[in-house]
Formats: sequence, C-alpha cells, structure tokens
Amino acid sequence: MKISLTRRYRFAASHRLYTTKLSEAENKRVYGKCSNPYGHGHNYVLEVTVTGPVHPATGMIANLGELDPFVQRAVIEPFDQKFLNEEVREFKEQVATTENVCREIFRRLKSFPLAKLERVRIEETSKNSFEIEADVDRLDGARV
Amino acid sequence: MIRITRKIEFSAAHFYHNPNFSAEENRRVFGKCNNPHGHGHNYVLEVTIAGEPDPTTGMVLDLKELKDILQAEVMERMDHRHLNYEVPELTGQIPTCENIAAVIWKLLEPKIKSGKLDRVRLYESPELFVDVSAGNGARA
Repeated sequence: MKISLTRRYRFAASHRLYTTKLSEAENKRVYGKCSNPYGHGHNYVLEVTVTGPVHPATGMIANLGELDPFVQRAVIEPFDQKFLNEEVREFKEQVATTENVCREIFRRLKSFPLAKLERVRIEETSKNSFEIEADVDRLDGARV
Repeated sequence: MIRITRKIEFSAAHFYHNPNFSAEENRRVFGKCNNPHGHGHNYVLEVTIAGEPDPTTGMVLDLKELKDILQAEVMERMDHRHLNYEVPELTGQIPTCENIAAVIWKLLEPKIKSGKLDRVRLYESPELFVDVSAGNGARA
C-alpha cells in the first residue's frame, strides 16, 4: 500500500513570457499575448504531495504544522503578490512559464526534511495545470 | 485498462490525541486538532476501480454494486459518527486523514470483485487530501 498526502496552497503573481534568446518578433510569435511587456497575473493553485511512512504516534505522514510553514517560507512568501520575472531571482535567468515555476518550486521544496516530496502540481488557471514528479526508482514496479 | 471513479461524501467528528504524550506535547503536536470536544469535516471520498470492461455488459463493474459496497463499508460505519469512539477499525489509531484513508482501502479492497481497487482519495477539506494506492512504496 502506498500512501501520500496532498495539500493545496494559493498564491497570486504576475509574469511575462519573454526571452532574450529570441527576437522581438519571435517572442511575439511564440508567446503571443503572454509576452505583453507589462506582464499579467494569475491566481495560482499549488498542490504539494508528500509521501512516506505514517508515523504511528501521530497518524501522519507529515504534520501540517510543519509542512505549512515550510511551504509558506520557501514559496508563498517569495512568490505571492510578486512579479515573478523581476522579484524571484531564478526567473531573471529563465522564462517564468508555469513549467519552470513547477520545477523551481519542486527544487525549493525537495529539502523538506520530514517526508519525501513526491509531486508538485500547479493550476495556472482552472483550465491549465502542470505537474512534476520525483524521479521514480525503476524497481518500483507500481509506477513506470 | 479503464478507470472509473465514484464519489461519496460523509460527515464525521474527530480529534487528535495520543495518550502516550503529555498534555503539553499533545497540544504542541496536534495544535487545535487536540481540542477534546472534537470537531468535524465533510469528507469527500473518491474510489477508483481499474479493469477491462466486460465484453457483454461494457462495464468494468456495476456502479450500483459499488454504490452498495460504499454504503455498507463506509457510510454506515463513518457517516455522522465520531471517528475516535464509534469506528472499531480506527481504535488505537489517531483518526487522521492518512489513517482513515488506509482503513477505507483495507475495507474496500476485498469487496471489489470486478476490476481492482486502484486508488482511494480522501479529502478532509478542499485543501487537503490523502491518496492510497496499491504499490510497494511507503507502508501505511
């Protein structure tokens, strides 16, 4: 039996999809209205999934009293009500697509010490979602 | 392979308390969930069955059958109950979402005769859910 816990968080932020690796015309062609120079924003929903043994003394994989402040400090505080391109260092170097935001959030959360980070999923809008999973041990026949 | 999911809702009370912890430790670990008067949730349970559709009926399993199993195994045991006192399968365990979902998995798995139980997802609130699936990952 495999068991995981998922917690949903929210943050609101703006971004602009634009890269200096492409010309103005190419940016316009690739990113369309998402490359509007003033940026635009989303109400992001972040799902964080952790897995690990359920501790008999607490009945928990991870205590939300510990997971929530960790996510708050690592992601919500630096991302919420911010312009990701300018205010989150990592997106000065890479495009703030939600694929890259997923990757960056996974990188920030994988050091959570009390359970194993299994998945990060982001709903950019109610119509688009993105997810990234921990590399799965190939011996785990349940998941290929 | 096809997966089908049936959703039910039940309402129940619980609180978190470990008798081996001091009062202070219970408060520190469980926070306001340690309130001895308990509190409640509208739990949402999604049960997913996986299998091949029967060539004659076109169904993996009869949803009516699944509905009856969920009624007998989950609703009658847990709906409008206090999970600390009224569900024998949870005796001796803290009734966290993890433990409730694991108990539901163990109750349902042997009852599913057509297809296989693939996943139990239990929402304690829209912001928190637990998934249980087969597999040789972490043991519950």
